[in-house]
Amino acid sequence: MASVNWPAAEKRSVIGKRIDRADGPAKSTGAAKYSYDVNRPGMLFAKLVWSPHAKAEVGNIDLSAAAALPGVKATWKDDLKDAQYVGQILAAVAAETEEIAVEAANLVKIDYKPTEHQVRDSDPALSKDKPSKKDTGNVDETFPKADVTVSGNYGIPVITHCCLEPHGQVTEIKDGELYVWPSTQNVSRYADRLGESADVPQNKIHVECQYMGGGFGSKFGYDKWGTIGAILSKQTGRAVKLMLDRDLELMIAGNRPSAFAKVKLGATKDGLVNAVETEVWGTGGTGGFNAPPVPYVFTKVPNTRITGMGIRTNRGGQRAWRAPNHPQGCYITMSAFADLAAELKMDELDFFLKNADQTDRAEVYKEELKIAAELIGYKQKAHPRGDKTPGPIKRGIGMSMHTWGGRGHPSECDVTINPDGSVEAKIGTQDLGVGTRTCIGQVVAETLGLPYGSVKVLIGKNEYPQSGASGGSTTIGGISTSSRMAATQALNEVFAKAAGRLGVEADTLVAQNGAIQAGDNAAKKLSWKEACAALGASPVTKRGVCVPGDAEKAGLISQGVGGVQMADVSVDVETGVVTINEMVAVQDCGLIINLKLAESQVFGALIMGVTYALYEEAVYDAKTGRMLNADMEFYRLAGIKDVGKLKVHMMTTPDYEKRGVIGLGEPPVISPGAAIANAVANACGVRVPSLPLTPDRVLAALAQKGGLA
Amino acid sequence: MSEHHDTPDVTSVTRRGFLKGFGTGTVATGLLSSTAVHEAMAAEKNGVLGPGEIPITLKVNGRNRQLNVEPRVTLLDALRNRLDTTGPKKVCDRGTCGACTVLLDGQPVYSCSMLAVEAEGRAITTVEGLGTPDKMNAVQQAFVKHDAQQCGFCTPGFVTAATAFVRKNPNATTDEICKGLGGNLCRCGTYAGMLLAVADATKAKGGV
Repeated sequence: MASVNWPAAEKRSVIGKRIDRADGPAKSTGAAKYSYDVNRPGMLFAKLVWSPHAKAEVGNIDLSAAAALPGVKATWKDDLKDAQYVGQILAAVAAETEEIAVEAANLVKIDYKPTEHQVRDSDPALSKDKPSKKDTGNVDETFPKADVTVSGNYGIPVITHCCLEPHGQVTEIKDGELYVWPSTQNVSRYADRLGESADVPQNKIHVECQYMGGGFGSKFGYDKWGTIGAILSKQTGRAVKLMLDRDLELMIAGNRPSAFAKVKLGATKDGLVNAVETEVWGTGGTGGFNAPPVPYVFTKVPNTRITGMGIRTNRGGQRAWRAPNHPQGCYITMSAFADLAAELKMDELDFFLKNADQTDRAEVYKEELKIAAELIGYKQKAHPRGDKTPGPIKRGIGMSMHTWGGRGHPSECDVTINPDGSVEAKIGTQDLGVGTRTCIGQVVAETLGLPYGSVKVLIGKNEYPQSGASGGSTTIGGISTSSRMAATQALNEVFAKAAGRLGVEADTLVAQNGAIQAGDNAAKKLSWKEACAALGASPVTKRGVCVPGDAEKAGLISQGVGGVQMADVSVDVETGVVTINEMVAVQDCGLIINLKLAESQVFGALIMGVTYALYEEAVYDAKTGRMLNADMEFYRLAGIKDVGKLKVHMMTTPDYEKRGVIGLGEPPVISPGAAIANAVANACGVRVPSLPLTPDRVLAALAQKGGLA
Repeated sequence: MSEHHDTPDVTSVTRRGFLKGFGTGTVATGLLSSTAVHEAMAAEKNGVLGPGEIPITLKVNGRNRQLNVEPRVTLLDALRNRLDTTGPKKVCDRGTCGACTVLLDGQPVYSCSMLAVEAEGRAITTVEGLGTPDKMNAVQQAFVKHDAQQCGFCTPGFVTAATAFVRKNPNATTDEICKGLGGNLCRCGTYAGMLLAVADATKAKGGV
């Protein structure tokens, strides 16, 4: 019997290898059809009408002029009486062409009575909610006895997801069946309750998403535009494409909560932090606020107090953004810790190595800190805070540590082995661009002893076996387990038949190099095709089920990783411009299915981190309540020349691999902001308190400290 | 949506020629509503196009495609919404991100920032015209090899821009590549692979 346990490194020929992304050619040639690219016969285009006021009473919504425009086929309006933020959707139109839809949307007349709004989030006095409080140990007794204390202010603003493919979908209701092509991170359960607005039962909803252009935590459910699409399609009997325009995408389809904090640290004179007191505030838009974890990673600091104060604002609601609350907690903690090291005139690396003992995985972090230091040339580059070399360009180095869970989610997979030897795997999962398709193909091929590429992988439809939403780094653990279990069970059926042919016991058989063989006995061997022919006329299909708790007990998956990142930056203290010279990421994530794609994920996280460290902020005007940069000129993403030299090191030794598969989507995106901010402080000698580290903020921080430290 | 069809002949039909032909009754009907034709003919007289739909011919990836568009339709929307040529993506829709990049007579342009009527008579090449999954050009191959893509939504624009860049700069340095690809943006963070990919394609002179 084949075992579901992961094969040892020396027995693996597909898992863990650098294999090209399966859909690379489709994506590079434009052949990949994203949800936005789906064009159905007779399809209409829909546009949304939204509140231009941050808070207003909504009066009459007059659709008549829009409906009368030639080419307009359907209109819809909400019965909402109160608009809570700019961009709140109030009406929609569907027309023969996109241009007519735009024109019609402009003809919708809505009466508003603006009322007082509030969009600011940087002042804790604006918090009206009851503060959250958490105490461990006794900070009040510890601070007076501490050898050294430091206090600082740190902030990280609201940023948006800015998925390049906006949110939205094509919806088509035909003969009582609802077909929907959404851009989603949750194919299997995207459509739960979607049918209610159009009287379509759940069993008549067909979801398909083969390619999606970025989600980052913002694309799970069908959202209001999903409902509107279904209503407009129902009204017209035609397919309706409804994708958000860029401004709306940035305003309402993804906000990461801000976090501003005042932190006080106490420590011994040799640099061991023993007390952390934090007041933290921020906004999740109209919704609530969860205080980010501070101290982050250093969870064994004995005395801590954190007070969280939520500020409700008339802004679009928050959505999960890669590693929710971790980048904020990380940035606040690592900045405060680095400031303490500077106060003690302690080498930052020594300081973090020392305090690694106050984490849940001291040995992992210490090993990673040393590897990162080696890779970036820390010894050669390190200097006390403030680069004293002459000239306006100051160079500095900084670091950060992070953690994440990443245990696999529930997932089911069907693997079919046909009598002709062909193999198919079906999972109701989705590929967000991380390589899910490729990894399923690898796991099944490895299990069956076949070369990569010999398995047909089918994903992206809700009719396939259910698999979890892709969020929280849970996909790889789920799909690798379910596909491994399904393939193993199907293989055992082949073994049972092949054993008869070979006259051996089935439990002596192994599948490798495209053949089924009894142990080491090459005389008792069938080619894969011969073995599958023994199935007779019937293909064998087996379902593998990942029950996360069971899979963890079996050692297929686990959770809890550590990562370290270091940044080397230059700061022009005359212009305030920060330049990334080099960044290093060292990351553990258990057994890696595809090393090439895992590295891509980490490179990508570093680059996304450079973007939020240096450029990203949803800028709101307090007076009008509007987002001032709901476009891609002023909501800036890093370009290819902005990211410096990047190095990625994955921990792949047996000690790490034996933990099984762990997710990787979140962890590497947590540290870049903190590492870059610490490098900037090291370079110019002053702490720039808030991200993004724009020239105005750098110059203001320098001016406040009276120039270079 | 407006109806459209393909013609294999690359040179035979231009908008002006079509209108002339229509006037003498020699062109097949069914392509246009009479209103649109009248508007188009009126426009021809005074040099103003529209506001109704007018017939145009776009030469896309070597094929002449006839379609009716209002003059306000961008080249990007004409390609995506009328011709089902969806390689070029709509992202910022205002000339910032480069996801809509196509080649116009070999030069990269943002198709979101150009009207379809302006592209008549020019050779339009989209990412689909540069290669297919079975027969990729050197840039496309290098993008796959170096995994210069994640979600892939920016990839067509980058591949198109990079192809034009490499043709013009077969010996480009890393700095020059960074400048050359500065007009496109990626959200997933694929620049590391992209730099290697374009450098690879640069060395393979004449491969694109």
